[in-house]
Amino acid sequence: MSLKDMLPDYLAEFPKMGRADLRDFKKGIDESFRVFTRENGETIENFFYPLKMFMVWFEKLLLGTPWPLMIAVLCLLVWFGARSITMVIGTALALMLIGYLGMWDDTMRTLALVSVSTFVCIAIGIPVGILMSKSDRIQAVIVPILDIMQTIPAFVYLIPVLMLLGIGKVPGLIAVCIYAIPPVVRLTNLGIRLVDKDVLEAADAFGASPRQKMLKVQLPLALPNLFAGVNQTIMMALAMVVVASLIGAHGLGSNVLKAVNNQYLTLGMMNGLAIVAIAIVFDRVSQKFGKRLQKHSEKVHG
Amino acid sequence: MADNSIEVKGLYKIFGPHGEKYIQMVKDGISKDELNAKYGHVLGLKDINIKMPSAKIQVIMGLSGSGKSTMIRHINRLIEPTIGEVIYQGHDICKMSKSELLKFRRHKTAMVFQKFALLPHRTVIDNTLFGIELQGVSRGEAEERARHWLSRVGLDGFEDNYPNQLSGGMQQRVGLARALTNDADILLMDEAFSALDPLIRMDMQTILLELQEELHKTIVFITHDLDEALRLGDRIAILRDGEVIQQGTGQEIVLHPADAYISDFVKEVNRGRVIKVDTIMSPATTPPTLQIPTGSSLEFAAKKLTDSNETAAAITDTSGAAIGEISMKAVINAMVTPATY
Ligand SMILES: Nc1ncnc2c1ncn2[C@@H]1O[C@H](COP(=O)(O)OP(=O)(O)OP(=O)(O)O)[C@@H](O)[C@H]1O
Ligand SMILES: [Mg+2]
Repeated sequence: MSLKDMLPDYLAEFPKMGRADLRDFKKGIDESFRVFTRENGETIENFFYPLKMFMVWFEKLLLGTPWPLMIAVLCLLVWFGARSITMVIGTALALMLIGYLGMWDDTMRTLALVSVSTFVCIAIGIPVGILMSKSDRIQAVIVPILDIMQTIPAFVYLIPVLMLLGIGKVPGLIAVCIYAIPPVVRLTNLGIRLVDKDVLEAADAFGASPRQKMLKVQLPLALPNLFAGVNQTIMMALAMVVVASLIGAHGLGSNVLKAVNNQYLTLGMMNGLAIVAIAIVFDRVSQKFGKRLQKHSEKVHG
Repeated sequence: MADNSIEVKGLYKIFGPHGEKYIQMVKDGISKDELNAKYGHVLGLKDINIKMPSAKIQVIMGLSGSGKSTMIRHINRLIEPTIGEVIYQGHDICKMSKSELLKFRRHKTAMVFQKFALLPHRTVIDNTLFGIELQGVSRGEAEERARHWLSRVGLDGFEDNYPNQLSGGMQQRVGLARALTNDADILLMDEAFSALDPLIRMDMQTILLELQEELHKTIVFITHDLDEALRLGDRIAILRDGEVIQQGTGQEIVLHPADAYISDFVKEVNRGRVIKVDTIMSPATTPPTLQIPTGSSLEFAAKKLTDSNETAAAITDTSGAAIGEISMKAVINAMVTPATY
């Protein structure tokens, strides 16, 4: 005998929607989304066409570059970002090992995906973050959206993306961006909001227009935080490449997926570790670069 | 020379969402505490009327929370008044449009802050030219002007340092150079020297007085320190709880404090340095041999008298003619008598 048995029905069982109603409800939404897709699919695809072309071009560029040149360019970028010879050597070694183990092309594809999605995240995320910092109301609207983007299981938003755009590069890119954009938005907003009130007042007192204030005071001072956001965005983009490969983003991620499906232990490990290697390089370089941006906060004396 | 005086007329500031609703109550004499406790609004300023003379240093003095910062921020309208006017060259600053205000701030005013408020990501030179960069002055000219003023405040060779590589005193020199580089007629200084050590503070006061001798700006200087006020101020206004309770020259305030609050303030003052011989001289009779120029301090006169072993001296104007005389007794008497109220 349980408590349930003593209660009237409507308290014992949750009064749920009728089975048929529920089915119709779901069907209705699905159907209308399908109609929406059919009607607007092409417009949406056209909208993303330039992005797709860019992705294709960039991937081809990376794949078409001879490996020694590619390593040289990457090492140069690492040097520019981190100014550390150890980092440069580490990067070169990691890349050569990746190439030797036959993962060069897939690494380039993943690199292309992560670079383009980081670029997209920055291009959209920073303006949104700036907007958010300017108004508490906009912030109140955007914060919950970001929360949803970060917590909703990735598979859930893969469905509508897939329905709208099918399998391919752009849907993969969008999936990555949805997951990876919140940090750069949040930290741009935070960085700007944390700028010292006294300094802002000084800018006002000297007659800075809102635009001058943003460009000459707020953004430069928000830069370290903003850069921490970019760093996190890159890391999250890398973490998404396996999931994105479900809907057609080729590269190291799709190999991992293949390994999971077929229980290829070594294939999975190798590609997984290649992703880790890239992640470490990106992380250290962007962190060091971020630190260098704060050079002015080093104390010399006084 | 252009008239750069500033006149503050009937200025009230009540902090809170509906400040204007409580103006009448404040006029009827509700106290600051009561307004806050009953209505959740803070009385910032009450019926302020100050004529700040052109090309002179106007000091505004008062204890913490008396409304000094609030007052000075009305002159460049960093704070909006609840009601009242701030008149400069025939215009009411409080009625300026956004773009007029921006222009006014860029070209007519410059400000120095208690906590320096330098831009930490910019070097000393880039901080110094910040104001004129906003005006749109070309980089080359801006650098040249900034270098000139950095050198005037004694910061040659520090152009490429970042602010936090400098000591507090040096940072405030940068703050001063930044304000001077703006070449504005009005200089607003909110406790500009309060965060500095006493010696460095004296240094900065000296620099400011020297510069003012040739620049003749209209300076509004905030301080809570009477010695600083007396040293710098051509005129002084004393605030308490958002109200002006006395204004005049330093000497007037020391000699005739308006109430117990002020006489408390001036009790510790070195009267010998503040009071001028002119104030206590008697009509010229048979001229004594020793001559003391008009405008000298009592301290100076006392030293002269003792050095030359005289008991009386003639006060002479700039042409050397005697306009009065003082006795040693009168000098000492004026120096030791505390201001009574
Ligand atoms: N934005 C504000 N909102 C509410 N009250 C304020 C605000 N700004 C200042 N006040 C109040 O107005 C009064 C005057 O403040 P103000 O900063 O002008 O004083 P002050 O004389 O400059 O003091 P200090 O020497 O500490 O700088 C204080 O009671 C303060 O609490
Ligand atoms: Mg203050």
